[in-house]
Amino acid sequence: MISGSFAFYRPHTIAEAVAMLATHGDAARLVAGGHSLIPMMKLRMAMPDHLIDVGGIADLKGIKRDGSDWLIGALTTQAELIADQALAAGLPVLRETALQIADPQVRNCGTLGGNIANGDPGNDMPAVMLCLNARFEVTGPGGKRSIPARGFYHGAYVTSLAQDEIVTAVRIAALPPGSAAAYEKLKRKVGDYATAAAAVALGLQDGKINFCSIALTNLAPTPLWAEAAGQALIGRAPGAESFALAGRLAEEITDPSSDARGPAAYRTKMGGVMVRRALARAALAAKT
Amino acid sequence: MKKSPVSMTINGQPVEELVEPRTLLIHFLREQLNLTGAHIGCETSHCGACTIDLDGKSVKSCTIFTLQAEGAHIRTIEGMAAADGTLHALQEAFREKHGLQCGYCTPGMILRAWRLLQENPDPTDAEIRFGIAGNLCRCTGYQNIVAAIKHAAILMAGAQQKEAAE
Repeated sequence: MISGSFAFYRPHTIAEAVAMLATHGDAARLVAGGHSLIPMMKLRMAMPDHLIDVGGIADLKGIKRDGSDWLIGALTTQAELIADQALAAGLPVLRETALQIADPQVRNCGTLGGNIANGDPGNDMPAVMLCLNARFEVTGPGGKRSIPARGFYHGAYVTSLAQDEIVTAVRIAALPPGSAAAYEKLKRKVGDYATAAAAVALGLQDGKINFCSIALTNLAPTPLWAEAAGQALIGRAPGAESFALAGRLAEEITDPSSDARGPAAYRTKMGGVMVRRALARAALAAKT
Repeated sequence: MKKSPVSMTINGQPVEELVEPRTLLIHFLREQLNLTGAHIGCETSHCGACTIDLDGKSVKSCTIFTLQAEGAHIRTIEGMAAADGTLHALQEAFREKHGLQCGYCTPGMILRAWRLLQENPDPTDAEIRFGIAGNLCRCTGYQNIVAAIKHAAILMAGAQQKEAAE
């Protein structure tokens, strides 16, 4: 399988890349790890005339703290997320999620920025970003802006990112003390997208849930933030009854398609199961 | 489309060539450089038959454009055996433990296993299975591949000890 022809560029700065996007308009695409775009190009479902490889832009790399926030460069690969010890200690749900994506070779190429910006409902990181209320730092011809993840996804492959903008980093606030997050993914095999998956973050105070956020992967054309399901648990004791309630409320907002991963009704039910399991695990981690 | 210059180091040898931008790294290796060890299996980044080592990482060369590898240091199966033909410990172990049948996945398996053993010289069975999850074999059922990688780990540790003693 050979892609259509294109001109290839390798800018070294964000400004250069933005200028190239502005020049070439809709005929240009950015490529980072390439493990979503290149398969699409081979199938000729994507046929950019201009391919801009951002892999050489140093400013898109690195995992840093900015105050109490985590600031993760868009070019950070899934493998780098897994290997970063500070991140594993401070925000382990990113490592946990990255380990459930694809396989070692693909994780060496696939980037956090690509995973979140591609807008594929099968990608795992977007739900984690909705759950953690992340912000995407973006640069375009007019300068920088910061887009909340919870307003970023509008449809399959449709996001708030303008054609001439680049996601440069992801900003995630540290979880409050006494809280923890978890990602549960049901998949048929290594490398598969989720049949259903859930990202949750949960806080405990005096034996009651004082904070809860839930998001879902691959159960609608976009990742879903199950706001009501999370809110319903505030003030409740953690336990099977509470988690089942959240699971049921989360199921209500899903709209999966029936596909090789199962009929829609099954995938919705599995979404509820993933929510329950993730909540149970997060509650356990929040206690300790 | 106009060809672009590209340079990289492959199995220790500098390479300078002209390629069309859409040339995938696997096609560049196999068709332009005649390094046909890395195989094309699924061509959709699932099977791992095209696995090579690129700047210290295992990657699937069917899902990388050659120009993205500008300046890279690459190792392929052709770079594993010694110049005199002596097999690498991993190759020896795959032969010894029957870690292959048809052999199609083997170059990718060996390159992936080599990097795995660089990162984790004494892996458990579970770590090996997790580490080679991106390499499919349709013959062996993986049992003997895992055994071969474990055996290679012992051979490689022994060789290192011997080197240190000398």
